[in-house]
Amino acid sequence: MKLIYQVWIMGLILLGSCALHAQVSGEVSGSSSTLEMEAAPRGMLTGEQVSIPVYDFEGLEGLLNRSDDKVYVVNFWATWCKPCVEELPYFEALHTKYATKDVEVVLVSLDFPSRAEKVLIPFVEKRGLKSTVLLLDDPKQNTWIPRVSPSWSGAIPATVIFSRDKREFYEKSFTFKELETAVTSFMN
Amino acid sequence: MKITRILLFIGLIAVCSSFAGLDLFSDGYKVGDVATDFKLKNVDGSMVSLADYTDAKGFLVVFTCNTCPYAVAYEDRIIALHEKYKQKGVPVIAINPNNPKVQPMDSFEEMKKRAAEKGFSFPYLLDEGQQIFPQYGAKRTPHCFLLEKTDRGNVVRYIGAIDDNYQDASAVETTYVENAINAMLSGEEISVKNTKAIGCTIKV
Repeated sequence: MKLIYQVWIMGLILLGSCALHAQVSGEVSGSSSTLEMEAAPRGMLTGEQVSIPVYDFEGLEGLLNRSDDKVYVVNFWATWCKPCVEELPYFEALHTKYATKDVEVVLVSLDFPSRAEKVLIPFVEKRGLKSTVLLLDDPKQNTWIPRVSPSWSGAIPATVIFSRDKREFYEKSFTFKELETAVTSFMN
Repeated sequence: MKITRILLFIGLIAVCSSFAGLDLFSDGYKVGDVATDFKLKNVDGSMVSLADYTDAKGFLVVFTCNTCPYAVAYEDRIIALHEKYKQKGVPVIAINPNNPKVQPMDSFEEMKKRAAEKGFSFPYLLDEGQQIFPQYGAKRTPHCFLLEKTDRGNVVRYIGAIDDNYQDASAVETTYVENAINAMLSGEEISVKNTKAIGCTIKV
């Protein structure tokens, strides 16, 4: 009997420590604003309903290193990437739910620039994406991938979440719950 | 009592080491490691192992697939690499690491079609059961591993991208894989041993 109790207690301790890791809370009030980039885009893709700015990594890097009061969620994706497209609704839901709480969602498309006008624009229009979408057109991937995160292999989807004093990189797909848990851990 | 404590202790160690084991596993090979051989089914129906190539000096193992646009963008360059280096003893061995149940267009039948369409003259193997790519530590398609045949086995010499421009083969400035093979064959130090590139996740 004692053995069973001890195993139970051990199990509870293990579970407890896992839960502590996962538990996050806190709300931040504030106002949302449209995303202003430090650098001017090097081009603009224009559709009937949306315009998508095109940046090279130098233009994007300022955004990735901002240190204001916001939590930034920067997702690297592409229309041809199935797991990326599957998790897009969660990023959109996050944008909608936390827009007034100083959370900024930026969807960085890695679609082939030569096909972006034909594929990316209609995709964004059809889905009615509300988050900021921009196209990263910079073939020197070996230079800029490690500058996003040294641990990134280059596979997408990949996401960086950061605030003034915290930064995490995720090379994975999210569920909405996972994403929300991750983001709220930055709000304190 | 003593026995229960010991049992708990062993249990804890088992839990901890299983996490550590996972980490080790996901890291895969680093440059300098000896890469495992394999026996995988080729699109021509034969089984292919590195050991079959008695005259080879090395191998360019490329994890690639039918469906990833980046992999497709590099198909012609992979064919060209094979044509250029098979005579020099470094053939391309392409392996599709994706699970066809998750990505049906990467099934063995679809691989056969694609290989025929593109006229692949190198083996295009299916990582059936997905046992090989995790050992190499392939994270995406396309993902290259240059191996050199040595007395202690096939040693990893370079890991990463084919070159530095996925969009436009004519705008490439650095041909990472070619530079690495050339250095390897002439017994020189490979200057860039690891590179990163965008690719598609491996479908498991």
